[in-house]
Amino acid sequence: MSESISVTPERPPAAPPAGVQPSGRRRRATPVNIHRRREARAAYVFLAPWFIGLFLVTVGPMLASLYLSFTDYSLLEEARWIGWDNYEKMFFEDTRFIQSLKVTTIYVVVSVPLQLIFALALALALDRGLRGLSFYRSIYYLPSLLGGSVAIAILWRKIFGTDGLVNSVLGFFGIEGTGWVSDPETALGTLILLHVWTFGAPMVIFLAGLRQIPQSYYEAAAVDGASKIRQFWSITMPLLTPIIFFNLVLEVIKSFQSFTQSFIVSGGTGGPVDSTLFYTLYLYLKGFKSYEMGYAAAMAWVLLLIIAGLTGVNFLASKYWVFYGDSK
Amino acid sequence: MATRSDQVPFLFRPVRGGRLLKHLLLIGFGLIMLYPLLWMISSSVKPEDIIFREPGLWPSTVTLDNYSEGWTALKHSFGYYLWNSAVITGLSVLANLIACSLAAYAFARLNFPLKKMWFAIMLGTIMLPYHVTVVPQYIVFANLDWINTIWPLVVPKFLATDAFFIFLMVQFIRTLPRELDEAAAIDGAGYWRVFLQVILPLCMPALATTGIFTFIWTWNDFFSQNLYLTNSDNLTVAVALRQFLDSSGESSWGPMFAMSIVSLGPIFGFFLAGQKYLIRGVATTGLK
Repeated sequence: MSESISVTPERPPAAPPAGVQPSGRRRRATPVNIHRRREARAAYVFLAPWFIGLFLVTVGPMLASLYLSFTDYSLLEEARWIGWDNYEKMFFEDTRFIQSLKVTTIYVVVSVPLQLIFALALALALDRGLRGLSFYRSIYYLPSLLGGSVAIAILWRKIFGTDGLVNSVLGFFGIEGTGWVSDPETALGTLILLHVWTFGAPMVIFLAGLRQIPQSYYEAAAVDGASKIRQFWSITMPLLTPIIFFNLVLEVIKSFQSFTQSFIVSGGTGGPVDSTLFYTLYLYLKGFKSYEMGYAAAMAWVLLLIIAGLTGVNFLASKYWVFYGDSK
Repeated sequence: MATRSDQVPFLFRPVRGGRLLKHLLLIGFGLIMLYPLLWMISSSVKPEDIIFREPGLWPSTVTLDNYSEGWTALKHSFGYYLWNSAVITGLSVLANLIACSLAAYAFARLNFPLKKMWFAIMLGTIMLPYHVTVVPQYIVFANLDWINTIWPLVVPKFLATDAFFIFLMVQFIRTLPRELDEAAAIDGAGYWRVFLQVILPLCMPALATTGIFTFIWTWNDFFSQNLYLTNSDNLTVAVALRQFLDSSGESSWGPMFAMSIVSLGPIFGFFLAGQKYLIRGVATTGLK
């Protein structure tokens, strides 16, 4: 920016009209400073909606929710300060809370790695000069766009119902299925499958990452007699670790907050026997069905801490397995 | 290899042996993946009594009864809910395009005090779970008497709360040569003219990605629409489908599949029309 300004010659600061005006004011009035102030003012105007949103929609409610988490509040009466009671109740008395934590953890720990393995495998299969790449990419990507919708959750509930598609296919082979969504043993599994089904988005990210790896690395390795498998473990995998890491962080955060699927598939209850009671579903039931809003706020803050913690652990662990170029 | 066969649709190009197997596997896998969707489409045109007796895709009898029955099954016709969804989605897209591009221009091009700190805060809000703010937001909107209106769903978007799109556009604007702004500035253009006449027209790809993703996310959104829209007169498609599920129980799946297909139609349309922007958006920022 400063180049365009230097065209206007600056008034030499060495020769102020002696003692007439306080030098501070004079110094600030140089063209450079006027320009800077005008630029900052413009920036604040451009940012005005965002600033308002930040304070009114994000930071304000966040702090309010922290306050509410130490109260008993039901929307009808005044909030009553109860200290750490909500948090104590959560971890020591509320077995449903522990159950929701357990269900969500299983969901994340099983579905995210499975999803990423599928994404990586298909990305590798599609990489480099395969004909119809964009066609396949679109086909595999489509479920990622639809997976979060109510319509797909309804479909899932019906596919895995007692008289659903899966059982009629199994019946064709003479196998008797079960009511997959009504059996507490298998209900969570159907939701995990739904998450794995949406592997297209991380696959697209992997494909973009694979394209960054210079072809010459593989050519050099081939000249040295490295097999395809060796090339994969010594070139592809190390160079892809930053992308794997990125996908991992993103998917963990996202899947920990899954809501629609369990809400629809379980009919809004988290059943059968709380086997699909996702964390956010329980939060919703507490806050907006039984109007224990203080408790819901406390759950929200625990969620925030869990997600921040998981992200932190991911970043710390990344030092040991993510490879960032030749920096070491 | 690629140049020679570019004119022929890829399915009809000659394929070598090993590759053929790979293509067969990839197509087979794609079919398995899409089978549930295709099955839902075919079920929506089957008479109710054969839906679950026929796991196959090709319907032996075709009927549109499910569509006409589903269209009128709830209090209002399904078109009414489609319109409600369209209004909320349209306003959200508009809001994100305006508010996020304004903020992105400031972050990408202008200097102001504490810029780095504000930028870091903006990035931090991307990762923030919606649930951390939803309880107080609900209380505020309830006090404003905004429950059962579209305002809780739309107004925050006009305040650039979808920070992901700010980030997307900042990244994009940074790739544009600064000489363009400077040339315009020398010609006497102020910040607004630079923004409106230089930056925005060049940002079309980023704006398209933002618009398409906002559309799909808002159309699919269930949590907040279910929270704020409870009156049967202002339901959106997502919430109406859920009511459908509750009211019809385990019996009338045909009409529900039909309306599910209808509800996915706009997303599918945007997917076909905007694939390029979708894929590029995902690849560069990790959007869903």
